[in-house]
Amino acid sequence: MTRTLLNNIDFMAWRKPAMLFSSALILVSIFSLFTLKLNVGIDFTGGSIIEVGYQQAVELEPIRQALESEGFGDAIVQHFGSASEVLIRLVPDADKDKAELSTQIIGLLQNISDSPIDVRRVDFVGPQVGKELTEDGGLAVLYALIAILIYVAFRFEYRFSLGAVAALIHDVMITLGFFSVLQLDFDLSVLAAILAVIGYSLNDTIVVFDRVRENFRKIRKKTSLEVVNMSINQTISRTLMTSFTTLLVLLSLFFLGGEAIHAFALALIIGVLVGTYSSIYVATTSALVLGISRSDLLLPEKEGDDELARP
Amino acid sequence: MVNRYAPWRYILLLLIIVIGAVYAAPNLYGEDPALQISHRVNLIDEAELGNISSLLENESVDYRSVELDGNNILVRFDSEEKQLRAADQVREALFANDRRYSIALNLAPATPDWLTGLNALPMYLGLDLRGGVHFLMEVDMESAIEKSLERFSGEMRTFMREEKIRYKAVLASSDKISIRFASAEARDSARLLLEDEFRDFEFADSNDDRSWFVNISFNPVSLAEERRAAIEQNISTLKNRVNELGVAEPVIQRQGEERVVVQLPGVQDTVRAKEILGATATLEFRLVHGSFADWSAAASSGKAPIGSRLYKRSDGSPVLLKRNVIVTGDQIVGAASGLDQQSGTPDVTITMNSSGADRMARITRDNIGKPMAVVFIEDKFEFREVDGERNRIRTTESQVINVATIQDQLSKRFHITGLDSTREARDLALLLRAGALRAPMVIVEERTVGPSLGQENIDRGFLSVIVGFIAVLVFMAFYYKVFGLVANLALALNLVLMVAILSIFQATLTLPGIAGIVLTVGMAVDANVLIFERIREELRLGNTPQASIYSGYSKAFGTIADANITTFIAAIVLFGFGTGPIQGFAVTLMIGIASSMFTAIFGTRALINLIYGGKQVRRLAI
Repeated sequence: MTRTLLNNIDFMAWRKPAMLFSSALILVSIFSLFTLKLNVGIDFTGGSIIEVGYQQAVELEPIRQALESEGFGDAIVQHFGSASEVLIRLVPDADKDKAELSTQIIGLLQNISDSPIDVRRVDFVGPQVGKELTEDGGLAVLYALIAILIYVAFRFEYRFSLGAVAALIHDVMITLGFFSVLQLDFDLSVLAAILAVIGYSLNDTIVVFDRVRENFRKIRKKTSLEVVNMSINQTISRTLMTSFTTLLVLLSLFFLGGEAIHAFALALIIGVLVGTYSSIYVATTSALVLGISRSDLLLPEKEGDDELARP
Repeated sequence: MVNRYAPWRYILLLLIIVIGAVYAAPNLYGEDPALQISHRVNLIDEAELGNISSLLENESVDYRSVELDGNNILVRFDSEEKQLRAADQVREALFANDRRYSIALNLAPATPDWLTGLNALPMYLGLDLRGGVHFLMEVDMESAIEKSLERFSGEMRTFMREEKIRYKAVLASSDKISIRFASAEARDSARLLLEDEFRDFEFADSNDDRSWFVNISFNPVSLAEERRAAIEQNISTLKNRVNELGVAEPVIQRQGEERVVVQLPGVQDTVRAKEILGATATLEFRLVHGSFADWSAAASSGKAPIGSRLYKRSDGSPVLLKRNVIVTGDQIVGAASGLDQQSGTPDVTITMNSSGADRMARITRDNIGKPMAVVFIEDKFEFREVDGERNRIRTTESQVINVATIQDQLSKRFHITGLDSTREARDLALLLRAGALRAPMVIVEERTVGPSLGQENIDRGFLSVIVGFIAVLVFMAFYYKVFGLVANLALALNLVLMVAILSIFQATLTLPGIAGIVLTVGMAVDANVLIFERIREELRLGNTPQASIYSGYSKAFGTIADANITTFIAAIVLFGFGTGPIQGFAVTLMIGIASSMFTAIFGTRALINLIYGGKQVRRLAI
């Protein structure tokens, strides 16, 4: 395998513009996360969401007025999905954080409606629980990163491990930044999606690293840069294919899965796009910058050791 | 390189396909509207089944079948309309003789008997898919401790009286009991005796200018024990209440130190569920103190005479009651709501336990002709912000619902009236039967999904799985030809296996779980893409088709394993630190990774070997 077969694109020639591009995106994300912040849902802040369905399209103004007259002036009232479905969001309030609140509001909505209303969803999260969910969610991401760092360091080499984690942080930051810039709802399901993005991006990165390792062990005459370039070329069709099929399903989730998994699907779509890019540029470039070379990967085992692992 | 698999591998593959298909099959049959009938005391057996079937016949209920299902009787119906009509009929007929039956509306899986016999059940759907309520309730431990300190302070008073210890006052607060003495000597000698008697406590002295105190609090061991007991008793009370509500397959579980998860699938009236679960209502019976003139005097001065306490009646007028309670709600073992035969107003028939009945009999016998009051007690909560700290403030509302002259000696069973509505009577009876909560509970999280949204979630989730799945199938067949078709079969088998595994373990399938399945479909292809791209690469290098297949599989294996193990680690972390919905996602992801490894590597290899193995092949359709 002395020549590149499928493609011969000099990916690494673009690594500096790519780094600039990534850095710019991350800076924008960080800036947005500090200024605009995340539009976190009640899962993390505490509060109530009530979703009701009417038998026909309904005006929001009378509902707002009725809520205001009962002292819920700060309630956010909006259509959800269609004109006959209404979502009411109550911001957290020290005196009103009670489960009975939703009961009261549903009663009120029923009173001002001529036809029976259908309670579709009620979410109430107490402020304490919200705080815990935020902490647990942050910890879950942190622990996932640490566990991965350890596994990759053990299986490959610490520089790969740092490269992989750099790529993961890159993906998570940019996905979060996307949600922050557009002020999209960030709820528990989006957090789950972020964690799935970690898994996915890692999957991609590992495949590239695997090839880099294999080539380092086989090819002696090339520079590290050339080996990495060749490895990316060899895996690029697989990387794109897998991202494409995954995107096919995610798009189906996004367009057909309903409101409840909309944000979840969107976060994954962004994450898969960014993750594909990062496994090509961020992970490998980081490993190169850290000075990965052939000698780091020579193990006292025979070549073709993989053959043992016959399915 | 002949690329042949030994026959045992094919047998293994077939076996797994058959097992997967059988255990996935129950999900194809849907559900029947049903009634689940159980009895709170008696075991349901064949004889009971006979009784119920003949009752169904007599009442000419339009049902499909009736069967014994564990400790329940399951009556199936053709439509929900018939189910609802029958529920009323059956309830009325059963309650006529025995009110301890519990009847719950349910959706019973319509799995054929031969599958049920193999223990094959459909997947267990989460509340977001089937509709229902999820509550996270927190026990107010401070109140629990305070209540139990109050109880002990009573015991200490009695003890000191019996031991002839002179004390000034006993005061119970949320963390300690303070006993006040007139002198240091009195305090010290009392402390010795108290320490000897009440061994679960820690004792400390304090004093101010005129008084000497001994402060008594739980030691760490007994404090932990008190907390444990409080949550355990609350869980058992919640279980009783949920049974009273008639909910099929409820989940009531402890979560952490002071929280309880309550999940009620299919509950429509969430308002009532919330009221009943969180209610702290109970009753007390007390003798009335003094006359009307005393009551108004006490009301205007705000001071109750010694041995009495000021109460309000439901119309707001004052009344004085004796401090000593005749009986409390804890001593009530049975309660049924009904209508008072004379006045036609709602009433509750109460049955006392033996100690309560004895006390009631003794006190009413000695007080014939005197008035007795029924006090309705309820704890309410308010949040207040104090110095940036959120505090929960408990207020106890006591209301005298009824004052009546004792006509006769009361004993085990008697009626009380004075309730506002039949609904209030019904709920009070329910709460008295189910028992009181040891400590009040507040709902700290609620997730309610209406049945219509649940169905919509199922439909949409299902649709997106199918569409995404077909899109991938079409693409793979187009791009990898024969190999693509083989991968598609593996993908289909992967889906069947995932459903089978979820069904076997009865893991809860939630909406994020469906998303996990969809994602796995996308990612399961990855293993095959890796293998096929490797085979293409080997072919381009000029290797023979057989050699390319062989090395394509073996070289890709290490990569696939590495990639999947890392994703699996991420899924484990998700499962460990996530809550409900995230865990659902993690479970399907883990199952998906495991089954896709099997189908994408072993499954496709078996087929490829069958198609190309052991013969002369000029070119591969890849």
